[in-house]
Amino acid sequence: MSPVLAGVLQLIALIAALALAYRPFGDYMAAVYSSPRHLRVEKVIYRCIGANADTQMRWPAYLRGILAFSLAGLLFLYLLQRLQGGLPLSLGFASISPDQAFNTAASFVANTNWQSYSGEQAMGHVVQTAGLAVQNFVSAATGMAVAIALVRGFARSRTGDLGNFWADLVRGTVRVLVPIAVLGALVLVACGVIQNFSGIHEVGQFMGGTQQTNGGAVASQEVIKELGTNGGGYFNANSAHPFENPNAFTNLFEVFLILVIPFSLTRTFGKLTGNARQGYAILATMGVIWLGFTALMMWTEFAHGGPALQAAGAAMEGKENRFGVGGSAIFSVATTLTSTGAVDSFHSSYTAFGGGLQMLGMMLGEIAPGGVGSGLYGMLVMAIIAVFIAGLMVGRTPEYLGKKIGTREIKLAACYILITPTLVLGFTAASMVLPDALSSMLNTKALNAGSHGFSEVLYAFTSGANNNGSAFAGLNANTPWYNTTIGLAMLLGRFLPMVFVLALAGSLAEQKPVPETAGTLRTEKPLFTGLLVGTILIITGLTYFPALALGPLAEGLS
Amino acid sequence: MTAPVKPEEPGSMSTATPTRAPHQDVPSGHKPGDGRVGGGLFDPKQLLTSLPDAIRKLDPRVMVKSPVMFVVEVGSVLTTLFAVMSPADWFGWAIAAWLWLTVIFANLAEAVAEGRGKAQADTLRKAKTDTVARRLTAGGSSEEQVPGTGLRIGDLVVCEAGDIIPGDGDVVEGVASVDESAITGESAPVIRESGGDRSAVTGGTKVLSDRIVIKITTKPGETFIDRMINLVEGAARQKTPNEIALNILLASLTIVFLLAVVTLQPFAIYAGAEQPMIVLLALLVCLIPTTIGALLSAIGIAGMDRLVQRNVLAMSGRAVEAAGDVSTLLLDKTGTITLGNRQAAEFVPVRGTTEAELADAAQLSSLADETPEGRSIVVLAKEKYGLRERHQGELTDADWVPFTAQTRMSGVDVDGRKVRKGATGSVVNWVKERGGSVAEDAQQLTDTISQAGGTPLLVAMEDESGPRVLGVIHLKDVVKEGMRERFVELRKMGIKTVMITGDNPLTAKAIADEAGVDDFLAEATPEDKMALIKREQAGGKLVAMTGDGTNDAPALAQADVGVAMNTGTSAAKEAGNMVDLDSNPTKLIEIVEIGKQLLITRGALTTFSIANDVAKYFAIIPAMFAVAYPGLDTLNIMRLSSPNSAILSAIIFNALIIIALVPLALKGVRYRPVSADKMLRRNLAVYGLGGLIAPFIGIKIIDLLISLIPGIG
Repeated sequence: MSPVLAGVLQLIALIAALALAYRPFGDYMAAVYSSPRHLRVEKVIYRCIGANADTQMRWPAYLRGILAFSLAGLLFLYLLQRLQGGLPLSLGFASISPDQAFNTAASFVANTNWQSYSGEQAMGHVVQTAGLAVQNFVSAATGMAVAIALVRGFARSRTGDLGNFWADLVRGTVRVLVPIAVLGALVLVACGVIQNFSGIHEVGQFMGGTQQTNGGAVASQEVIKELGTNGGGYFNANSAHPFENPNAFTNLFEVFLILVIPFSLTRTFGKLTGNARQGYAILATMGVIWLGFTALMMWTEFAHGGPALQAAGAAMEGKENRFGVGGSAIFSVATTLTSTGAVDSFHSSYTAFGGGLQMLGMMLGEIAPGGVGSGLYGMLVMAIIAVFIAGLMVGRTPEYLGKKIGTREIKLAACYILITPTLVLGFTAASMVLPDALSSMLNTKALNAGSHGFSEVLYAFTSGANNNGSAFAGLNANTPWYNTTIGLAMLLGRFLPMVFVLALAGSLAEQKPVPETAGTLRTEKPLFTGLLVGTILIITGLTYFPALALGPLAEGLS
Repeated sequence: MTAPVKPEEPGSMSTATPTRAPHQDVPSGHKPGDGRVGGGLFDPKQLLTSLPDAIRKLDPRVMVKSPVMFVVEVGSVLTTLFAVMSPADWFGWAIAAWLWLTVIFANLAEAVAEGRGKAQADTLRKAKTDTVARRLTAGGSSEEQVPGTGLRIGDLVVCEAGDIIPGDGDVVEGVASVDESAITGESAPVIRESGGDRSAVTGGTKVLSDRIVIKITTKPGETFIDRMINLVEGAARQKTPNEIALNILLASLTIVFLLAVVTLQPFAIYAGAEQPMIVLLALLVCLIPTTIGALLSAIGIAGMDRLVQRNVLAMSGRAVEAAGDVSTLLLDKTGTITLGNRQAAEFVPVRGTTEAELADAAQLSSLADETPEGRSIVVLAKEKYGLRERHQGELTDADWVPFTAQTRMSGVDVDGRKVRKGATGSVVNWVKERGGSVAEDAQQLTDTISQAGGTPLLVAMEDESGPRVLGVIHLKDVVKEGMRERFVELRKMGIKTVMITGDNPLTAKAIADEAGVDDFLAEATPEDKMALIKREQAGGKLVAMTGDGTNDAPALAQADVGVAMNTGTSAAKEAGNMVDLDSNPTKLIEIVEIGKQLLITRGALTTFSIANDVAKYFAIIPAMFAVAYPGLDTLNIMRLSSPNSAILSAIIFNALIIIALVPLALKGVRYRPVSADKMLRRNLAVYGLGGLIAPFIGIKIIDLLISLIPGIG
């Protein structure tokens, strides 16, 4: 079988699996978030955290819940790392430095999972399982809660109530993430992913010499790393490591885990707003962009331009033989179009255009299908912008799902789309002029100067501000400058948009619905999907065009 | 529902005095093959005459109201400074000049839009010459002369033939014909009388006959004519909600692109290709949405202006926008849907009489009836039965019985025949008085006609065979031509039409079915109307209606778009948010179309403006960086001749496109009533796809021309 055919068949299998899961899973999530009953275990949790899960919250209360919960998680994770030296089961690793501990805490709380450390050389069992893995669950559940709150904003009217954050958080974790994680972990273990608490082993290498390998609760962390679009690997090599991702099947299974919640949430959206076709339109928009990126990625990687790659016969540098070009391309698009950031191959080694696609995917705001929850709310904000411009063209003040897009809604949506470009371009520009920052790039490897070196920095902040977490290797990001600025980018890039999304949800929920007439813009039709794709590509794409021109485009066209 | 209102008896019809020229039946401004709501023609000369205003608007305190163009102005100032610092560089001067032109073009668009209103305001000011008012003193016994500006609310003033009415008010005594052409442009005089719905007079209009006493209701300086002047001049113009929202979106896009350009310099320095400030400023101006930023306020002013051209005064831009969103139209039956008068539709003879006999008698008896109903009987007899119209003088020895409201009959006694035609009861009485009998089927016929929503008139004759009823004339409301098609179009646009009538439900249903409206409200009282509006609004719908009576005022105020007829009371005019100077209720449909067209124009130019950016990137980015990274020259897909020429071409295109689109902004995008889907597809193809492609072609052409200039290319 030719590698191209193998890649295409893998893609078809993946689409089939996602399609099978779409309706039942989307409907299940809709039921979870609208059920009036609490499970017994949930009642126990509510009692423990002292939350009343039956009250309705307006948007400021909902936001306060998120911020308080995330701040507590941030502090806990920071302290856990700072105190690692004194904790049991730490495999003898020392406490983490303040700037790196901040960076890592911010990273996991913000669902980014940018790692300026190597997992197997820095984090012991306690930090990995009690700290990082826990945040993998709850940061994902937080993202889903915000998306559900926005969906309620569309579905409800004449009320400011957006639901209960604690109930949404706990239900998302207990009823959605944990059950799938348990099943998924079993599948992974069956396929060869390790799950133990053993220490560091020294093993001999084929060519002589020795290397160290650790054991760990890898499968349980691997599954939520993908399912919650987190991406923080147990090992530095992330999903390229055979203990995390042993074969082509687990590779595809992990991609499935990455995509299943973000895609299925569009069904939940349709179900909860009582208009399934609106959900399909959003699904179609995500699907078109995702498939387009995957096709372009496969094309550029299989075409492997450049003399070195031509000589080697394939763009295999940085890719695992287990997965091949096709499997790696599918994984890398899935991980950068969601907020995952797990990698099964080295993004820095992709062709210049391939690297550009990965960056562009993140720059679009990770909305196709995007992170769990964040993908849906990011896409809905873009839909509001598209509706505003296109809605005028049908001669009415714009409305989406029966809600008017007025001054307040546009103000909030405009603020939302300003955040990530400000963080990405601002911090990248600062890094280009500050000598401290430049030394990280230039001194480590003379090879990576020029446009590729620039891409590394651009990639780092794009990844951080969009809560992706993957990296363009080559950049030494474990410096006070990068730890701090990327940490800030991650926190601001995660929580500022949530402020605007929740305010938007509150504003929409207060409106009375506008009935649909023949004069209403039909947002469930393919025409609107095309328009939305165009709006996303032009508005967010154009913002980054000059930067991309000096990075991957300059490299790829030379 | 209150007590049913009987279908108006024919007798009551002729008592209404027509107060002004009859309503136009065909919507005004509609030329076949033309855009439905086309505006006035754009005259390029206006650009020249508005130039001084455009220059005056360069004041930064004015410019700052449009964030996009303010950024361009700041850019122009900076490039000029850079050009002055290195005066030998032609490129800097060229960019500076074109940036200034960009700003001036934007101001020009606004100035031209305002200029049309100014001309109208000048005409109005002429009407508002300082008048001397004849104020009645406290006792009402004597008059004193005071200047019009010295009047207070509640003052009583006297106006006689030839006097200019000194201020807005209500007639409290007398009746007069008034020339309102100063406001409406309509030369036929109108009747103003005390009491009722025809009592309002407007300052600046002229009394032509008789003497009236007016109670002043408005302070000087706040009169209708003052407000009109402010409105058409744009002095009272406030940004509408949608305009504000669009401005926010444009401002945020401006910030995004500002960010992209500001951060580009550090990237460029790192790449070893530091850019001159002038080039960065040029890039910025190309990227920010200048096209829509420049034309946004002109579009809004022109939208109001299109209404003014149709003699509709919108009290706020908000109302015009709301008109585009209207999903329920309340239309008064009489005058809007029907011609206002019932007309004879058929002659139905009783058994034993032929249709021709009936037609002959009907015509004969109607010759002395000058009411529209009477005329329509004569017309029908002529058209359908070929009966030549006879004149009263043709018949000698005829004794004419003219129609009166008391007898409710008309007829003639001639050649020993007595023919009568009129309201059922009157004719039956007439026959019975003469000892005749009414044919049995006459009752059946009248019932059938009533049930079908028509009005029956009986025709009777007394001759040698004795007095008897010959048959029935079927009078019915005639739906205006083209209304049915209009309602089909409205339905396509998603607008529901509700007919409002005082008729009973049977009659109302018959007319509603014939006209093709979606719904009707029969035996409507002002309370019913109000309840209907509130019900629609509770469902999230926006409602538009017209009205003129004082009892319409609450409903006019409640409706999202309330169009008061100028002939109406001051209470109605005060309550509505638009006034139709022609008092033509059909215009409501046009108002909705103008509202939609305004929004479409904004959306289309925004889409065009944003889509333009793609081509500009392809022009400027390779020009900036092809030296440092030669590979980037691949992006120069237009094959522009040199970096300087590429940047200059993009800037020139950016400026010229504003001027090129001024006529579109003023006239509005072509509008046809079709479904939202079709409209979106069409506008996306024209302004989205067109916006992507046009600049590639435009920039290339400009580059070709520039490269011809020696020493530059």
